[in-house]
Amino acid sequence: MPNIRNFSIIAHIDHGKSTLADRLIQWTGMVEDRQFRDQILDTMDIERERGITIKSNTISLPYTADDGREYELNLIDTPGHVDFSYEVSRALASCEGVLLLVDASQGVEAQTVANLYLAMEHDLTIIPVINKIDLPAADVPGVKEQIERELGLDSDHVLLCSAKEGIGIDEILEAIVARIPPPTGSPAEPLSGLIFDAHYDSFRGTVVSCRIFAGQVKPGDIIRLMYHGTVHKVEETGVFRLTREPRKALSAGMVGYLIAGIKTVSDTRIGDTITQEARPAAAPLPGFKEVKPVVFASIYPVGNDDYQDLADALEKFKLNDASLVYQKDSSAALGQGFRCGFLGLLHLEIVQERLEREYNQSIIMTVPGVRYRFTLADGKVITVDNPLYYPDPSSIKGEEEPFIRTSILIPERFVGAVMKLCLERRGVNSRFQYPSPGRVEINFDMPLAEVIIDFYDRLKTITQGYGSFDYELLDYRATSLLKLDILVNGEKLDALSMIVHKDRAREWGVRVCDRLKDEIPKQQFKIAIQGAVGGQIISRSTISAFRKDVTAKCYGGDITRKRKLLEKQRAGKKRMKMVGAVQIPQSAFVAVLKTENE
Amino acid sequence: MPGKPEESFFMDHSTSSGLYIHIPFCQTKCPYCDFCSITGTGQVADFLAALDQEARLYREQFSAFDSLFLGGGTPSWLTGAQLDQLMNNLRRHFVFAPDSEITLEANPDDLTADKLAHFRDLGINRLSLGVQSFDEAELRFLGRRHTARQTEQALLLIRAAGFTNLGLDLMYGLPGQTLEGWTGTLETALSFAPEHLSCYQLTVADETPLGQRVAAGQLRLPDEETQREFFLLTANFLTARGYLHYEVANFARQGPQAGGLCLYCCRHNLKYWTRTPYLGLGPAAHSFLAGRRWWNISSVAQYCSSLSAGEAPVAGEESLTPEQIRLETLALGFRTREGVSLATLREQPGGDAMVAALTQAGLVRVDGERVIATACGLVVADRLPLGFVGVAGA
Ligand SMILES: Nc1nc2c(ncn2[C@@H]2O[C@H](COP(=O)(O)OP(=O)(O)OP(=O)(O)O)[C@@H](O)[C@H]2O)c(=O)[nH]1
Ligand code: SF4
Ligand SMILES: [Mg+2]
Repeated sequence: MPNIRNFSIIAHIDHGKSTLADRLIQWTGMVEDRQFRDQILDTMDIERERGITIKSNTISLPYTADDGREYELNLIDTPGHVDFSYEVSRALASCEGVLLLVDASQGVEAQTVANLYLAMEHDLTIIPVINKIDLPAADVPGVKEQIERELGLDSDHVLLCSAKEGIGIDEILEAIVARIPPPTGSPAEPLSGLIFDAHYDSFRGTVVSCRIFAGQVKPGDIIRLMYHGTVHKVEETGVFRLTREPRKALSAGMVGYLIAGIKTVSDTRIGDTITQEARPAAAPLPGFKEVKPVVFASIYPVGNDDYQDLADALEKFKLNDASLVYQKDSSAALGQGFRCGFLGLLHLEIVQERLEREYNQSIIMTVPGVRYRFTLADGKVITVDNPLYYPDPSSIKGEEEPFIRTSILIPERFVGAVMKLCLERRGVNSRFQYPSPGRVEINFDMPLAEVIIDFYDRLKTITQGYGSFDYELLDYRATSLLKLDILVNGEKLDALSMIVHKDRAREWGVRVCDRLKDEIPKQQFKIAIQGAVGGQIISRSTISAFRKDVTAKCYGGDITRKRKLLEKQRAGKKRMKMVGAVQIPQSAFVAVLKTENE
Repeated sequence: MPGKPEESFFMDHSTSSGLYIHIPFCQTKCPYCDFCSITGTGQVADFLAALDQEARLYREQFSAFDSLFLGGGTPSWLTGAQLDQLMNNLRRHFVFAPDSEITLEANPDDLTADKLAHFRDLGINRLSLGVQSFDEAELRFLGRRHTARQTEQALLLIRAAGFTNLGLDLMYGLPGQTLEGWTGTLETALSFAPEHLSCYQLTVADETPLGQRVAAGQLRLPDEETQREFFLLTANFLTARGYLHYEVANFARQGPQAGGLCLYCCRHNLKYWTRTPYLGLGPAAHSFLAGRRWWNISSVAQYCSSLSAGEAPVAGEESLTPEQIRLETLALGFRTREGVSLATLREQPGGDAMVAALTQAGLVRVDGERVIATACGLVVADRLPLGFVGVAGA
């Protein structure tokens, strides 16, 4: 056990975690060079394409250190995005130390700070590493100073590397061995293991990633998941190389996997504690949390006949991603579908994209919203995340919405623009910190609803890409809401209804009317689009009708040509939905979400 | 001979087949024309022989017709002997009902009293005259060989020859044409009380000389709004004068028994629009029988050579699926006075709402079981079917 090191790489998005992982894997000879590909741990198509990590990945690296001894380095590569911060926190709970990566050209960003705090909460040894020193824009002294001032870390201990060029990798490996303490805990104690990840294998069921803190687990053991309360028989234990490698047992200090006939990933909660049924641990490990969705949207199949297909796809999807929650929903305009809850906007986007690409679904996703809380006249408190269930306004006595605390790190010159954006988005209670000269951290209390639609894009735009953003959920606060409906030729387009703050209703109404005007193609008759609150129209736009579309020509007996043209035009209508007599393309539902400049 | 089902508006129209003959010869080529036609008469003899061969191929499938349409090209340019040969051959292969409509397309400058008398002798009882315009400048622009005066003379000759079923082809939407100018042309046309008028909008295909001038920016065609005005003016003007707007571009004088009977509608063309069988002989001609459509090679030389090699000169064919039949029925129905069956439209999800919206917008009217495009509906007739196809309903 003294020869084990468990560590994670943490950083702001894109600072090079996965690339550094690649180098560590290569340096330790885990993969032959010809098998190698960049970001080797990012195995999903969508990860490789977007160049981001969505799911944690674990790998055990055998390493012979300068002291001549053999070590087992267990590396957990984590996603950088805030949506997955619970997953990151469980990964960190499984480690004794972290490599804190900072991009030499970008410096410290919002999530560098957030992730550092997380690591400190877990009392982890922190090895600061400045990455990308090969870049012409690299400013090593400047970043060192930020690390010292903003992160409060001793810059003398900072390592320098270029993950891309393979510079400084040996020093990092040696630092891991030298600075990160070996795990403690005895194999003789009752079993206590932390589940920090799970994924689905169609042959074996759920493969649980875990860190054993005490005791031992081996095939044949009967284990209990302490929070979930279920009991399973262990079929296989092992460690992660590039593929799974079975071992006779996992014992205290080790990071590995176990397979125990658990059918779906949903039956294993990340953060749960594994123990022996016959000889349980005294208490579960701390830090378990039910992850709750914060962003909600409905998805509908484009074809009405495809509902069952979509239902099947969601079920499969959920096998692998327990954080997605969904239930049946239905819309007059879009038919049967599902109301889904997501960890955040990136999570929503990823679910949408994976459903389309990996599961071949054509879907329409509605405007995302948050979960509101209403106190009714009879004193009952209900939560509503679907505009369909917006209560009768006359029965509402109190309304609350979720607030977040934002942490926005920017160069000082953008303060004015960012303040303006945050105030527009109903930010209150602003605080400023100046972590280092020329840099500002802005904290606002802000309604979550205001950041889930194009806030981050706007922030990026107005700060020319220098702004970074992170948030944590605060609490529910009193607010004043309205339900905005969209009417197309007098018919309600229920899939576009939304619950909005009363001060923002008009703006949204105008925006939706304008977007729909651009997206809905001209038809045979005029189309009126209206935004309505209760019976009152607050915005409108009109799509004029076709003025002429006929060939007044002699075409004799050639009917084929006419029909073929029609067939071509009809093909373009395959992805349209009828609302009353108006044909609405799928793109219209998406367009209302896009920022103006897109 | 079984009649059309009772609900049909076109009571004159029967379920008997029609025969079309494409005669691909013209004296000169008009600069806007993309029909299959060549200049010069060198190939006429070969063509007539080939046509005879082709007719022979279809004797079994099509035995009897009640309409014959000699189109082109310029059939009136054939000599009397050539026409005799043609008609004799056709009558040898096929049977024509006693009351058949036999139409010949003619250009005004070809017509003489003798020629017209000969047409009558051959059994031709309907003339379709390529007038295009009564404005000399427009006629020159269109590259027509005749003058307005020649047309007027031809019209008098036609009536004198005893033709009582006469159709005029006119063209609007020419560059620089005004609504007043076009009204003048219509007025002049009406002074001859034609039984039928086809009013086409100048449509310029890219590969034609006129098309190239448009592409090169030397010519500007009227914009959509102007085209719409021309279309509606034509429809209103002719309807007010007692003509029945029975297809997008076609108008027929109300017969003595008004009230729905379409006596002067072109029986032959109706077969195209009501999906009644027809046989087309000659290059580029289209045929339709029992859910199958086919069409001929459009090169005159190849047409002749394949027939002399004993092969059918068919360039392509298709067997219609039920969905294609539905599409055709919609597309054609909305272009004609017969309209589309309400029940058919209701089958489509949201069909009821669509019919209601179109009615409210004044584009269609519901007449019993039929949904019929109004004049405003006909201006967007090619779009009307799209309200009833392919869209996922609620
Ligand atoms: N020039 C240079 N580029 C690097 C270096 N390390 C990583 N990159 C590039 O930075 C980008 C992001 O690298 P990743 O390794 O995917 O970053 P990550 O931190 O894993 O990103 P997330 O998983 O999305 O949080 C990629 O284009 C890498 O090629 C480096 O040392 N030098
Ligand atoms: S007369 Fe008719 S067929 Fe001949 S070239 Fe002119 S438009 Fe074409
Ligand atoms: Mg990564």
